[in-house]
Amino acid sequence: MKSIDLRGIACPTNFVKAKLALEMINEGEQVEFLLDDGEPVKNVPRSLKGDGHKLLGLKQDDAGHYLLLIEKVGE
Amino acid sequence: MSEQKTTTQIDLKNLKAGGFIKERGKDLFTVRLRVPGGRMSVERLKRIAAVAEKYGKGFVHLSVRQSVELININFRDFDAVVEELGEKEQKVASCGARVRVPTACGGCEYNPNGLVDTQRSALEVDEKLFGTVTGHHKFKVGFAGCPFDCPKSATNDVGFQGAIWPELKQEECISCGLCAKSCTEGAITIGEDGKPVFSADSCLYCGDCVKVCPTEAWKTAKKGYTVRIGGKWGRRPLIGTLYAEFLPEERVVEFVHELLAWYGEKAEGLGRIRIGDIILREGPQSLIERLRSKFPDHVVKKTIPPAVIPTQVGKR
Repeated sequence: MKSIDLRGIACPTNFVKAKLALEMINEGEQVEFLLDDGEPVKNVPRSLKGDGHKLLGLKQDDAGHYLLLIEKVGE
Repeated sequence: MSEQKTTTQIDLKNLKAGGFIKERGKDLFTVRLRVPGGRMSVERLKRIAAVAEKYGKGFVHLSVRQSVELININFRDFDAVVEELGEKEQKVASCGARVRVPTACGGCEYNPNGLVDTQRSALEVDEKLFGTVTGHHKFKVGFAGCPFDCPKSATNDVGFQGAIWPELKQEECISCGLCAKSCTEGAITIGEDGKPVFSADSCLYCGDCVKVCPTEAWKTAKKGYTVRIGGKWGRRPLIGTLYAEFLPEERVVEFVHELLAWYGEKAEGLGRIRIGDIILREGPQSLIERLRSKFPDHVVKKTIPPAVIPTQVGKR
């Protein structure tokens, strides 16, 4: 599974980068995004849901970053 | 020998609606157009641009309350301006002691934060109540789609703010934790069992939990407007306070109508006075009771008077 590091990237650039990453995988495949706390972790999941993708979960790693697991829906 | 004098021909009916505002220069006026909610078709915008180009001096002004104002218009051109704007859809906007054109944010169809259809509400209030003579002072209505409140609804005589009440269906929750992370107000925490725990007292009704929830376990149980009354800006600003919660969108016009009736009665004999200043004089309880008689399920039992913003320090 791909892991995309979106840390240090401000909204909405992080969301657009996530969209671009999702273009590179097939429907039904999963991808993991690393997000900063604050606005990114609040906005990016919601925006991806708005695009129709499936949010599978959110975990916090030891360094305090967020790992968002997404399943691609639609082409 | 004196020449024969003739007077300029103007249809004075056009002026009665207001929206023609005297400018500094001789013969010049601003024509304020009616743009409820600040949204207009590109077609209308083009027509306005053509009229502005023909009769103005190269500029228009976008007003703070979302109107397009044609500036530097010679009063002799009033009839032509009104005619060429196209009478039906280009009504000029009011000034004076009337219900003004409502303002609204962009709207829920495309703004991801929007919870209610503020554009529709603004059009409805504009259609049914615009220009209603209050007999006392101006009366402003504003609509915000969510608690971000970009239009600053509480600075209006009556301000509406979109709200939803969330409810969790435990069995559909996958314990992903996104709702707790999304909740700016700390109204959602994750309990020992990994499920969200909701603290209603902290909730501001923004709906972020519903929007982020991947399994739709958070549902919208109630939707409507949070209503604040008594705001204004200007020389002596007031911030309106809470009067109703989850007022259904389809009851907005009825609500404003009732409010105007109370305003009309209470302002009798007080001259030029805004509704917020009346509430300051006599307290909010009589208004609460009046509104509760019509909207018992939505009007709160108690509120506080409008908050005085002391911009004029040291002045009484």
